[in-house]
Amino acid sequence: MENLVSIISEHPIFNGLEHRYLDLLVGCASNIRFDAGDSLFREGEDATKCYLIRNGDVSLSIHHPPKGFMTIQTIGAGEIIGWSWLFPPYRWHYDARAIQLTRAIALDGTCLRRKCDENHDFGYELMKRFAVLLEQRMQAMRLQLLDVYAEA
Amino acid sequence: MKPDPFRIQHVWKETKDTFSVELTDLQPRRPFLFCPGQFNMVYVYGVGEIPISISGDPSDSRHVIHTTRAVGVVTKALQTLRRGDVVGIRGPFGSPWPVAEAEGSDVVIVAGGIGLAPLRPVLYRIIERREKYGSVVLLYGARTPADILFRKELERLRSRLDIDVHVTVDRALVQWRGNVGVVSAMIARGGFDPQSTVAMLCGPEIMMRFSVAELTKKGISDDSIYVSLERNMKCGCGLCGHCQLQKYFICKDGPVFPYVNVSNAMAIREL
Repeated sequence: MENLVSIISEHPIFNGLEHRYLDLLVGCASNIRFDAGDSLFREGEDATKCYLIRNGDVSLSIHHPPKGFMTIQTIGAGEIIGWSWLFPPYRWHYDARAIQLTRAIALDGTCLRRKCDENHDFGYELMKRFAVLLEQRMQAMRLQLLDVYAEA
Repeated sequence: MKPDPFRIQHVWKETKDTFSVELTDLQPRRPFLFCPGQFNMVYVYGVGEIPISISGDPSDSRHVIHTTRAVGVVTKALQTLRRGDVVGIRGPFGSPWPVAEAEGSDVVIVAGGIGLAPLRPVLYRIIERREKYGSVVLLYGARTPADILFRKELERLRSRLDIDVHVTVDRALVQWRGNVGVVSAMIARGGFDPQSTVAMLCGPEIMMRFSVAELTKKGISDDSIYVSLERNMKCGCGLCGHCQLQKYFICKDGPVFPYVNVSNAMAIREL
């Protein structure tokens, strides 16, 4: 338990989180590992977890007929995958697959939502951090959409 | 101001819209010496003249290499030339990357698309004197895997154990096992000491703006960040005024600038 607390507290998204909230998080946390090629989740499945990536790389991809599967982003160590557990209907919107051996902390979304309902201060701390993540991803996505390397 | 004749030795395709050309001086009076970051004015006789960064090894004083996209009249004409054809060269012009000043520090190179071409001479110089630098990190972004410039060289660089090379693309099919995402997002991965790092950036200006923001967030000070600007250069020697950016002429005072000197100007949309 103590080891999970220190691992989670060192993750950039939870940097500076008060210990009492870390304890609440740890109650929803578990260690997990994915071998290269393993699927974390697929589009349309229930979004029950989010993953703090400790090491390794995960590709997020989406099926785009007729081109096939297109990778939209690669998530690596120190990053986090998944916020679909936050928003109804709690379903994944893309596939995630480990590119190489990947170790992560899985946070149970149902557990987190329940604890946020019970403790609004904890919920606010969590939402602030996920809001930063959403903002970063949106900025990056906008830059990708601009296609800045295309012919001027 | 008169161009010197240079003979084309070789023209080769790098990606679908980018090519390189190797030149030698037709009348070699002296070795062609340049500093990483400088450019030549390349004149295709009867067509026109444009500034192109020198992308070759600064230690090779006999061969001059330029890498460019075939997007305009002059570059498209240059691409059709063959071994033995002659072009006119004026240069080298412009301010160089702070390669010597970076000795003793970590170095972060952030390049996007064709922006890797003016930074390749920096890599050659660093490799030649590797022991003089701390950690060296190269972050390169391209549109798709097929658009990765100097791919074989990047693979060789990566196989060295003393330079961190990270390549990312904006979009890819799932067969691509590399990174997908914007190059600025890779800065957060670190691998350098922000208190003692010199950063050199070249690519689309928006890519440089986002990258500077990430470098600053990481703790690198503005005066340790250098950018290469390419705007409207015509004469190459500060006479025509086309490339004026506030008090600077990009061709003469740049194209490499300390970011602190041009950050305000870069933010003014009308310039």
